[in-house]
Amino acid sequence: MGKDMRDVYTETLIELAEKDDRICVLEADLMNATGTRPFSQRFPERTFDVGVSEADMVGTASGLSAEGKIPFAASFSTFASRRVFDQFFLSANYARLNVKLVGTDPGITATYNGGTHMSFEDVGMMRLIPDLTIVEPSDIVSCAALVKAVARHSGCVYLRMHRKGSQELYPADTEFTLGKGCVLRDGTDVTLIASGFVMVPEALRAAELLEKSGISAAVIDMHTIKPLDAELVVAYAKKTGAIVTCENHQTAGGLGGAVAELLAEEHPTRMGRIGSQERFGQVGTFEYLLNDYRMDAVSIAEKAENVIKRR
Amino acid sequence: MTQAQMQHLSAKAREVRINTLKSIGHLGIGHVGGALSIVEVLTYLYYDAMTVHPDTPRHPDRDRLVLSKGHAGPALYSILAMKGFFPMEWLYTLNVGGTRLPSHCDRNLTPGIDMTTGSLGQGLSAAVGIALACRMDKRKSTVYAIIGDGESQEGQVWEAAMTAPMFKLDNLIAFTDFNKMQIDGKTADIMNIEKLEAKWSAFGWHTQRINGHDFAELDKAVAAAREASGTPSMIILDTIKGKGCPAAENKVSSHNMPLSADDLEEALSALTAAEGDA
Ligand SMILES: Cc1ncc(C[n+]2csc(CCOP(=O)(O)OP(=O)(O)O)c2C)c(N)n1
Ligand SMILES: [Mg+2]
Repeated sequence: MGKDMRDVYTETLIELAEKDDRICVLEADLMNATGTRPFSQRFPERTFDVGVSEADMVGTASGLSAEGKIPFAASFSTFASRRVFDQFFLSANYARLNVKLVGTDPGITATYNGGTHMSFEDVGMMRLIPDLTIVEPSDIVSCAALVKAVARHSGCVYLRMHRKGSQELYPADTEFTLGKGCVLRDGTDVTLIASGFVMVPEALRAAELLEKSGISAAVIDMHTIKPLDAELVVAYAKKTGAIVTCENHQTAGGLGGAVAELLAEEHPTRMGRIGSQERFGQVGTFEYLLNDYRMDAVSIAEKAENVIKRR
Repeated sequence: MTQAQMQHLSAKAREVRINTLKSIGHLGIGHVGGALSIVEVLTYLYYDAMTVHPDTPRHPDRDRLVLSKGHAGPALYSILAMKGFFPMEWLYTLNVGGTRLPSHCDRNLTPGIDMTTGSLGQGLSAAVGIALACRMDKRKSTVYAIIGDGESQEGQVWEAAMTAPMFKLDNLIAFTDFNKMQIDGKTADIMNIEKLEAKWSAFGWHTQRINGHDFAELDKAVAAAREASGTPSMIILDTIKGKGCPAAENKVSSHNMPLSADDLEEALSALTAAEGDA
């Protein structure tokens, strides 16, 4: 196994900060979790741990941005969304600043921290903010590339970031563009549109299961949830005639909601959505939660077969 | 408080530590530090100060507790099990899928838990609301709340700090578990919350500061808090994070730590040896 996602996040920030003295890091007593301690050691004068006060952190990041800095502020995705929503909405986005808000431990990856820490709504909330960019990398290669793209992008970003564990779905040096999804596997019968560290590999496994049943499934890594890659979604809706979205989030409001809204207007297509269905979070192991919320490859494959049958 | 009462409480506190560590040890990881620093205050509340009804957990005339630093749930679960709110075996279901005992307190899952907590900073406001409702309903109940020192960095704590005196909530007694540590380091180094007594006094609270591991001081302070009329009370507890578990005691790393079989064994024998001394 390679480096943890958070190590890649931190190394990339250090690399960026070596060349750009506007880059700074804010934490709210979760520096050990986000993994940015090496950044704080390299750039102590550009690191601000404000303690357990997320709203204050986002307000402070907004002020830094107003003076031209590029702040990356992090907390668990629950607190980086619900707890700071108004501060992020107004002080950062409405004020047209350049704040990068990082939400870690998305959805079921909160495992033992349970319902209070399990974000199934952060993407939905963030999608309501005009012009915000929402990014969720699926592996360490896309993480490094996308963190750089996020830093280059002029405007606020919500970066939904898996932190523990490592995986490589892309060859090193693959290029990524914000707003452009990646076709990981082509297919003709159904398209699985997934986001993030948990669901992209789950969708790839589902595609293999479907192949065994004679169904050809395309898999798209939709690393940028907003702005959504409308061209790609519509092209694959036309090509395969069936879409299943896969997200570690509620089926309402997030990736599934975004794709459904787009297709309803542009190209009505049979659809299914994988994710938490109108439920709160809870404690449990990762495997328990993956199965309990029916986000596993088998559930995705079943959903895909049902959607295809509806034709 | 008599010598016999003190000894009784000390024995109970030891039992609470043992059960808490066994429960977390069975799972292998948990919030050891912040659970062990509040063992004495919880023991004092449930074995002395509070009126509770294990057979009717939601009895309207009970005293209430909001454990705002909800990650310390396992310490409270140990006491609730010992008091008979639910079977001791439940302690070994901590964080297992479908459990009634999640890492953070949940009023819908666990008998005896009065408020759902885990997102830091929210519990004191909830305690204010509960205290207001008890007063509306003319109940004699006392509402207790426990907040963390790191938690005290949340702005909402200070909003509640203004609300409670404004409404003259003398049925509210809050504790700050001042164990001097949070996740990223020592509280004084991350975001200093001192001068804490001066802050709470300035906000209009009857404020005391005591050794949070000393039952005689707890007893005196709670009695004084009950006497205070027309104001809520804050009792700042000087405590030691991870107290009683050698692998955890006074270590920042004890916040959410793996607890190995060896760590557990070492802690259990230390606690048993302490029992011999008492
Ligand atoms: C709003 C919110 N932010 C962050 C966290 C993550 N978190 C859990 S415990 C903790 C540190 C709390 O420190 P303290 O209150 O001193 O707890 P104790 O030392 O008693 O364990 C943090 C940041 C959280 N649970 N809630
Ligand atoms: Mg503390």
